[in-house]
Amino acid sequence: MVGKAEPVNGSVKSGSNQSIPATMQSPLKKSDLIPNLSLKTLKLKTKQQELLIRVSILCLVYVLAFITRLFSVLRYESMIHEFDPYFNYRTTLFLTEKGFYEFWNWFDSESWYPLGRIIGGTLYPGLMVTAAIIYWLLRFLRFAIHIREVCVLTAPFFASNTTLVAYFFGKEVWDSGAGLVAAALIAICPGYISRSVAGSYDNEGVAIFALLLTFYLFVKAVNTGSLAWALASAFAYFYMVSAWGGYVFIINLIPLYVLVLLITGRYSMRLYVAYNSMYVLGMLLAMQIRFVGFQHVQSGEHMAAMGVFFLLQVFFFLDWVKHLLSDTKLFQAFLRITVTTAIGVGAIALGVGMASGYISPWTGRFYSLLDPTYAKDHIPIIASVSEHQPTAWSSFMFDFHILLFLFPAVCLISAIAVSATIKNLTLVARAKSKVTQTGSVRGSSSSKGSSKASLDQSQPFQRNGAIALLLGAFYLLSKYATHCTWVTSEAYSSPSIVLAARGAHGNRVIFDDYREAYFWLRKNTPPDAKVMSWWDYGYQITAMGNRTVIVDNNTWNNTHIATVGRAMSSYEDEAYEIMRSLDVDYVLVVFGGVTGYSSDDINKFLWMVRIGGGVFPVIKEPDYLVNGEYRVDKGAAPKMLNCLMYKLSYYRFGELTTEYGKPPGYDRARGVEIGNKDIKLEYLEEAFTTSNWIVRIYKVKPPNNRW
Amino acid sequence: MPKLALFLILIHFLPFLCTSFSPENPSSRRVLVLLDDLALKSSHSVYFKSLQSRGFELDFKLADDPKIGLQRYGQYLYDGLILFCPTTERFGGSIDLAAILDFVDSGHDLIIAADNNASDLIREIATECGVDFDEDPAAMVIDHTSYAVSETEGDHTLIASDDFIKSNVLLGSEKIEAPVLFQGIGHSLSPANSLVLKVLSASPSAYSANPKSKLSSPPSLTGSAISLVSILQARNNARILISGSLVMFSNRFFRSGVQKAGTPTKHEKSGNEQFLTELSKWVFHERGHLKAVNIQHHKDGEADEPSMYRINDDLVYSVEIYEWSGRSWEPYVADDVQVQFYMMSPYVLKNLSTDKKGRYFTAFKVPDVYGVFQFKVEYQRLGYTSLSLSKQIPVRPYRHNEYERFIPAAYPYYGAAFSMMAGFFIFTAVHLYNK
Repeated sequence: MVGKAEPVNGSVKSGSNQSIPATMQSPLKKSDLIPNLSLKTLKLKTKQQELLIRVSILCLVYVLAFITRLFSVLRYESMIHEFDPYFNYRTTLFLTEKGFYEFWNWFDSESWYPLGRIIGGTLYPGLMVTAAIIYWLLRFLRFAIHIREVCVLTAPFFASNTTLVAYFFGKEVWDSGAGLVAAALIAICPGYISRSVAGSYDNEGVAIFALLLTFYLFVKAVNTGSLAWALASAFAYFYMVSAWGGYVFIINLIPLYVLVLLITGRYSMRLYVAYNSMYVLGMLLAMQIRFVGFQHVQSGEHMAAMGVFFLLQVFFFLDWVKHLLSDTKLFQAFLRITVTTAIGVGAIALGVGMASGYISPWTGRFYSLLDPTYAKDHIPIIASVSEHQPTAWSSFMFDFHILLFLFPAVCLISAIAVSATIKNLTLVARAKSKVTQTGSVRGSSSSKGSSKASLDQSQPFQRNGAIALLLGAFYLLSKYATHCTWVTSEAYSSPSIVLAARGAHGNRVIFDDYREAYFWLRKNTPPDAKVMSWWDYGYQITAMGNRTVIVDNNTWNNTHIATVGRAMSSYEDEAYEIMRSLDVDYVLVVFGGVTGYSSDDINKFLWMVRIGGGVFPVIKEPDYLVNGEYRVDKGAAPKMLNCLMYKLSYYRFGELTTEYGKPPGYDRARGVEIGNKDIKLEYLEEAFTTSNWIVRIYKVKPPNNRW
Repeated sequence: MPKLALFLILIHFLPFLCTSFSPENPSSRRVLVLLDDLALKSSHSVYFKSLQSRGFELDFKLADDPKIGLQRYGQYLYDGLILFCPTTERFGGSIDLAAILDFVDSGHDLIIAADNNASDLIREIATECGVDFDEDPAAMVIDHTSYAVSETEGDHTLIASDDFIKSNVLLGSEKIEAPVLFQGIGHSLSPANSLVLKVLSASPSAYSANPKSKLSSPPSLTGSAISLVSILQARNNARILISGSLVMFSNRFFRSGVQKAGTPTKHEKSGNEQFLTELSKWVFHERGHLKAVNIQHHKDGEADEPSMYRINDDLVYSVEIYEWSGRSWEPYVADDVQVQFYMMSPYVLKNLSTDKKGRYFTAFKVPDVYGVFQFKVEYQRLGYTSLSLSKQIPVRPYRHNEYERFIPAAYPYYGAAFSMMAGFFIFTAVHLYNK
C-alpha cells in the first residue's frame, strides 16, 4: 500500500502546481502530520492519510474551479454576458415567475414578430430548470437571492461539479492520482472556462458537466455490467439532452466506443447490458424533450446509435448460436449469411427511410462540423455565426493550449499521462535517494542495498535525469496554470455587453452603451413597439429592452432574417416599404466608428447582404463591393454608400471629429474617412444615440400626412 | 344642495359645451379668414353669410396684419383657415408656410383660393398639398367650346364647367343642375400625391395660357388634366380645398345667370353657390366624417376580451361606426365594411354585417396558424374619413394538455404497449418459476 501512497503524493504535487493555495496547503498538511506521527496519539493509518489528502485536494480543486471563474464578477459586476445567455435568463425568469407548465407551453409573441415563437417547444430546458431548482431550493432555505445571481453563478457551480466527475472518471479509468490530476486540469482548462465563466449563462455551462457524467457512468456501467449504472447513465444522458443540442456528440461517441470494443473483440455481456439499457432508456427519456421529439428515430445524426444497437443484437444472437452449434464450419457459414443479411437489411432500411423522407438527412451544422468550409459555400446563416467559423490555428492554441474543449477525454488522457509520468519519475528519484540515505546512515552496506546501488551505478544519469524531467514537468504544469489564469482574466472574463478599453493615460474606460440603449428603449418607447435590428441583438432587446423584435438569435426562420437583411441593404425608400409591412417602429444599429469597436453592423453587413441575397436575388453581393473589396470610403460602391445600413450607421457622422489630426468623419473601426458624409434621412429620424455612438436607434416615421 | 351638485357636475361639461373642434364634435367652429383687401368681405358676403348662418365664427383679418397668429401658448385659436389672399407674398404676424402646414398636419381644415398672379407663397402652400398651379403667373384657363355665354364675346376665360366629381358625400345629395362659373388659373395634380382629388375639372378642350399674348408654344396644361377645384383629405383627416379662382366665390358669380356655350338652356342662377356651399360643408366636417368606437372581440359565448386566442377558436368581432351629421352622431349604414384577420397577409377577410344602428359585427374561426395577428379594418371611401383600425392579438398553439387524449388512430399503439407489458410479465413469471 505504501507504493500506492507515494504516487498519490506525487500527484499531489502535480495537482498543487495548478493552484497556489494548494502548494501552500500541502506542505502545511505534511508538517501537521509529522508531529502527529511523533506524538503517536492521533496516528493515522497510511490509507487514512491518503484519503485525507485526496479529499482536501479535491476540495481545493472544487473551490479553485469556482473562484477562477469569478474574474468577470470582480472586474465588472454580477451580470449576464453576451447574447444567448440573455434569452436563457429571460426564460428562467419566466419559469420562476409563472411555473413549469406555463414555461412549457410558452408562446412568445414578443420575438419573431409577427410569427411568434413557441419557446417551450424550441429550447433545451435543462439549464433553466436547473437554475430554477437551485433558486427554489435557496428560497426554501430562506436565502433571499435574486434569480440573476443564481443564473450568473450556475456555470461556475457546475464547473466545480465537473471537477468531481472528472476525478471519479479518472479514478475509474486509471487510478485516483490520475483522477486528481484530471480534476485539476479540467478546473483550469481555458476552453472550458471560456464557456463557463460567471455570467456566461449558457447551455454548455451545465451540458459539459452532464456530458462528462454520462461518459463516466457509461464507462462505469461497462466496467461493472451493472444495470443500475446503465440506468444512471441513461438519466445522465437525459439531463444532457435536456441541456444542450451537443448531445448529438454523445449519441455518436458512445456507439463509436462500443463499436471499437466490438471490433477489437472485447464484446462482453457487460457491454451488452450497459449499452442496450442505456440506449433504449436514454432514447425514450430524450423523446420527452419537445425540441428533440422523434429525432432519435428519424434523424440521420442518430442512426449510428441505432445501427450499433442492432449490431449488438446480432452479436448476441451469433454468440448464442455459437453456443448452440458445436460445429465450427457450420457456424462460419451461418455467420456469413447472418452478417450479410443484417448489413443488407440495415442498408435497405436506411435507404428506404432516407428516400421516403422518414429519416431526415444530416443538417447543415453537422456537415459544417465535418467540413468547415461547407457552410461558407452553402448556408450563409450558419457561416455567419462566429461559433461556427472554422477555428484559426492561433485561437486553437490560445483556447486549448494543451487540452481540447470538446473532448474532456483528452483532459483525462493527459491527466493519466501526467500522473503516470510523475509517478514513474518520483519512483525513480525517491528510490535512489532512499538508497543513498540508507547507505550513508548505516555505513555498512547490506547486500540488497549494494546490489541496488550497483544497479544504479550502471545508469549514472538516471537519477539526475529523472529529477530534471520532474522539474521540467513541474515547470510546464506551472506555466500551464499561469497561462490559464492569465487567459481567463484577460480574454474570457469580459461580458461583451459592457466593453472596456484603455484610455490615453492607461486608465480603464468602460463603454456601457448597450445597456444605455436598451434602457432607453424600455423607458421611452411604447410597450408594443417593434424594433428591427440584425439578429445578433434580438435576445438582448427582448430581455433588457422588453420590446418586440423582428428577428433574434434563434435563427429558425431564414426567410424572416433575409427580409431584415434585405431591408438593411436596400435603399431607404425600398427599406421603408419592407419596414411598414413588418410594422417596424424603431431600427437599431450598432456602430463602432467612434470607439473603434470592430464587431459592429458595418463589419457584419456583408452577411446581411449574403443572407438577404440568398432568399431575395434582387440583392447582389457584387453591388456592394468594388473589385471584390469591401470598403466604406470614397471609393465604395454607390449602392453601399446609399443603403440603409450605411445611412443609419454614418448619419451625422460626417460632422464628427473622432481623432485628433484626422478629417471629420474618420471611422476608427475601419481606419478610413467615410465616403458619404452628407446623409439625409427621409423616412426615418434619429431617436437616440448612446454616449459613445455604439448603439443608434432610429424611429420609422409615419407616412407623410399630405402625400 | 342638489342644485349645487348639479351645477358642479355641469361646470365640468363646460369645456364640451364650448363651440370648439373636438373628436366629439368634429365640425370646425372658429375660422380665420385672411383677405388681401377688406372689400372682399362685402363682395363675397353671400359665401361668408352661408358659413356664419351654419354657426361658424368667422374672424376676418388682412393677410399682412402684424397681429395675426394661428396659435397661442401652443393652442390653436382656430379650427379652420380660409386664404382669400392670392397675391399676398408674406403673411403678417407669426404665420408662414411652415405654420400653415403645421396647422393642417395637426388636423385643421384649409380653403385656398388662388387667382392668376397668385403669389409664390400661395403656390408653395398648394404645392405642399399636391397641387401645382400653372407656372406662368399670367396664365388663365381658356376654353373655346364650353365657355359661359355673355354679352361680349370676350376671351373665353369665363368658363362654365359641369364636370363634377361623382360623390354625394362631397357635393351633397342634391344634384347641381347649373354649370359652375370659373375664371382663374388652372392647376394640375401632382402624380406623386395619392390623396388629392379633382372635384371640378376643365373640359377636354380647355388649355391654360396667357389670354393677352399670342400662343407661341404649346400650353403646358391642357384638357381635362386641368383641375379647377381640388380637394385633399390628409391622413389625419384634415381637409383642404384648393380653387384656382377667387372670383368664383364672389356674390357676382353666385347670382349671375349662366348659359354654357353650345347648350340651349339658360340657367337663372349659376351653380356656384350650391357647389361651393356643399363643398364647404364637406371641408368643415359637416358631412362624411366617420368615427369608429367600441371595437370589441371575444370568444364565441364569452363576453370579455381575451389577451390571446388559441388556434381554431371561434370569435366574434364588432365595431360601431357613426357619421357626424353636423349636429349629432348618426349610425353609419353601409354593406361594404370588411375586417381582416391579418398577419403579413390577410388570413380571414369578412364582410361585416350591420344592425343599422351603427354596430358592425361578424364571427369567424381563428385560422390554424399561430402568430401575432391583427384585426384590421381599412375603410377608405371617397369623401369619407378614412378609417384604419388595427388591433393586435396573439394567437397561440395548443397547450400540452389541450390535445385530444384518446384518438382512435392511437388504439393499436395502446394495444401494443399493454400487450407487450402483459407478455413481458408472463414471460418473466414463466422464466423464473418454471425451470
